[in-house]
Amino acid sequence: MSPLLSIENISKGFSSAGRQIIALDNVSLTIAAGETLGLVGGSGSGKSTLSRILLRLVSCDAGSIRFDGEDWLRLKGAALRRKRARMQMVFQDPLAAFNPLATVGTVLDDPLRIHGIVARDRRPGEIAMLLERVGLTADHANRPVRALSGGQRQRVAIARAIATRPSLLVLDEAVSALDVTVRGRILELLVDLQKQQGIACLFISHDLAVVRAVSHRVAVMDGGRMVETGPAAAIVAAPQSAAARALVAAVPCLVTDPS
Amino acid sequence: MSRFRRLLSTPEGVAGLAILAVLLLAALSAPIVSPGDPLRIAGRALLPPFADPAFPLGTDRLGRDVLAGLIYGARTSLAVGLAAAFSAMILGVCVGMAAGFAGRIVDEALMRVVDAFQIVPGFLLALAFVSTIGVSTPVVVLAIALGAWADPARLTRAQVLAIREQDYVASARVIGMHPVEIAFREILPNALPPVLALSATIVAGAILTEAALSFLGLGNPNIATWGSMIAEGRSVLRSAAYLSVIPGAALAVTVLGVHLFSEGLVNALGDDGGRTA
Amino acid sequence: MSGIFCSLRQFSVTYARGNKAAALDRIDLDIKAGERLAIIGESGSGKSTLARALAGLLPDGAKVGGEMHWPALGHPPRPGRDFGFVFQDPGTSLNPLLTIGEQIAEGARRHLGLGWKQALIRAEELLGRVRMPQPDKVLRAFPHQLSGGQRQRVAIAAAVAARPALLIADEATSALDVVVQAEIVRLLDGLVREDGMTLVFITHDIALASGFVDRIAVFRDARLVEAGPVRSVLSAPKSDYTAVMIASHRDLSTPPLIAEASP
Repeated sequence: MSPLLSIENISKGFSSAGRQIIALDNVSLTIAAGETLGLVGGSGSGKSTLSRILLRLVSCDAGSIRFDGEDWLRLKGAALRRKRARMQMVFQDPLAAFNPLATVGTVLDDPLRIHGIVARDRRPGEIAMLLERVGLTADHANRPVRALSGGQRQRVAIARAIATRPSLLVLDEAVSALDVTVRGRILELLVDLQKQQGIACLFISHDLAVVRAVSHRVAVMDGGRMVETGPAAAIVAAPQSAAARALVAAVPCLVTDPS
Repeated sequence: MSRFRRLLSTPEGVAGLAILAVLLLAALSAPIVSPGDPLRIAGRALLPPFADPAFPLGTDRLGRDVLAGLIYGARTSLAVGLAAAFSAMILGVCVGMAAGFAGRIVDEALMRVVDAFQIVPGFLLALAFVSTIGVSTPVVVLAIALGAWADPARLTRAQVLAIREQDYVASARVIGMHPVEIAFREILPNALPPVLALSATIVAGAILTEAALSFLGLGNPNIATWGSMIAEGRSVLRSAAYLSVIPGAALAVTVLGVHLFSEGLVNALGDDGGRTA
Repeated sequence: MSGIFCSLRQFSVTYARGNKAAALDRIDLDIKAGERLAIIGESGSGKSTLARALAGLLPDGAKVGGEMHWPALGHPPRPGRDFGFVFQDPGTSLNPLLTIGEQIAEGARRHLGLGWKQALIRAEELLGRVRMPQPDKVLRAFPHQLSGGQRQRVAIAAAVAARPALLIADEATSALDVVVQAEIVRLLDGLVREDGMTLVFITHDIALASGFVDRIAVFRDARLVEAGPVRSVLSAPKSDYTAVMIASHRDLSTPPLIAEASP
């Protein structure tokens, strides 16, 4: 069965202050339906650039992407906007990801309205159901997004992302800005949603421990290149590339015993 | 509205609002307090203020009532000031948004036009325009607006460029929102507050420019304006200084009131939006 | 080595605007001279307020209650001279218009009375100590030419330029990726040991701190929940909150949340 997402040989360069910077150099990866691929790397490894190219927020210089059986990069205009319902994103900063003037209700109403997921009179019910699915209550719908805590906002972001019933969810450092005690609950929510709805996930982070918790497979990036891919357990137990070894070594461990 | 209360909590906001309220009241009540044409000859010429109860602020060289001129002049100043500022803002915001969204060639071209209008001093531009076209009130409003629209255009463009990079605009694109809807629902409402704060300054400038134009004889000669009253009083400045000083003081207080109101507005709007949870 | 550097008794801070709740509520804490103390807390715990209070950086109108004594110094610490401060965001804590050399040398010049030439020599030495490659080139570079991790090294060098007795690091690693974080923590540990400085390391990551500090103090909702030697607090936490924080920590040995096999 062909994979849900297939990224092939994506390259992207920037010119800055007269120099050419290579952000991505022939990067390829695949994601099967219903699986979670963790994408790890340090700052400057190119993982965020890759996610922005994937979400069609910036263009790439070369390469192709096949998503859901179609040539993703060739889509434009209204056809692209329609197809976007199949691929959604959760951003890192839960404060900056929302219009400062928005309420939870309008945030969730937008994707439902744009893609006609349900009829207009059924939308409030759908919003209530989405809120409950992510662990919030229906009465949150009238509150301004800015009044919620970081963890609650990220739940709203996840609710917005699953509102269009996507087949792929891209999470770019989605828990990095959250408190440690809140992080675990959001990760559990993601795993739960995947089990229930079979959504595939691309989970991007610089923290291998977080990626390990939720990913089936892991891909390691360094300096704009894909340096290692494999099952999560294998990468963690026996990292082959220097970048992967550095990431494994850098994960802080709780040192509890006196030795 | 909490913003209104915040406006009232600063001394500048209160003072500004008070002055503008008095002005508005004067302008609206003009036909009641001084019925009839303010430019008609009402009594003896050059009556000093407080001499005759019928003319509390005296009369000018031709015997026209100064108080009538003052409150009808308030109407002109407010009407022209607000209309000119409004036109300048609309034009500036539209051009700024077009430049901010279109980018590249269109942005460059529009900004060179903005540069051209910013280089010419606003007053000289208005002067040239009115002397060429004519002295009716709509022409005066247009002339002032042409000199004032460049600043809001620049500010709007800067705001649009900054907001376009924000994650919430990227979010809107990702969920498939149409670009026009993104422009009007996500970007514009967040771009406007600093531009609106600028509008009060534009009103003050417009009021002064209108007064200056009518001082030079380039305003509408058929209506009472503070500028023309100041001009009329020049020839008798030594003997009847009140003829120029009274409208001059009214002008100064009005502009001060607008500036104070604008300060209060900036404080009230500025505290908002910077708060994080 | 066993003296008290700073002592807080019933110390409270309330901000003038915003909510009336206290940002810090009757804190009793001692900072021992020469120790490495970690202040652990999540958002809203008051840890940043504590850092700013120690540094005298509270905003105007903040109301302060209780007492803060500085027995070792005898007076409140002078910025740069007695303490150095490393901020969270190296992108905004460095002046974009000055060269790296100028920014590091300034502290040495002002507080140690060195001339510009000598101060720049000291700056180059410090860049070497913070493991910057090519220190002579970096002296003439500007902040925007460096990466986040490199900028934070520069910020640390600038903070210790005048040989202060106290170093306060306010979430100094939170804006960095995990690999760079580990390097900066090693750097701070080494630097503080060599110079015998007292270190107050503020973070939300209990595991990161536990790797190198002597004592930790856990804050929650403006109150001090627990303080003590790091091993005892971690192996036998007295408070439920600390226990929850420890349990929420994830590392590579924590069992994953998903089933192993791909669908």
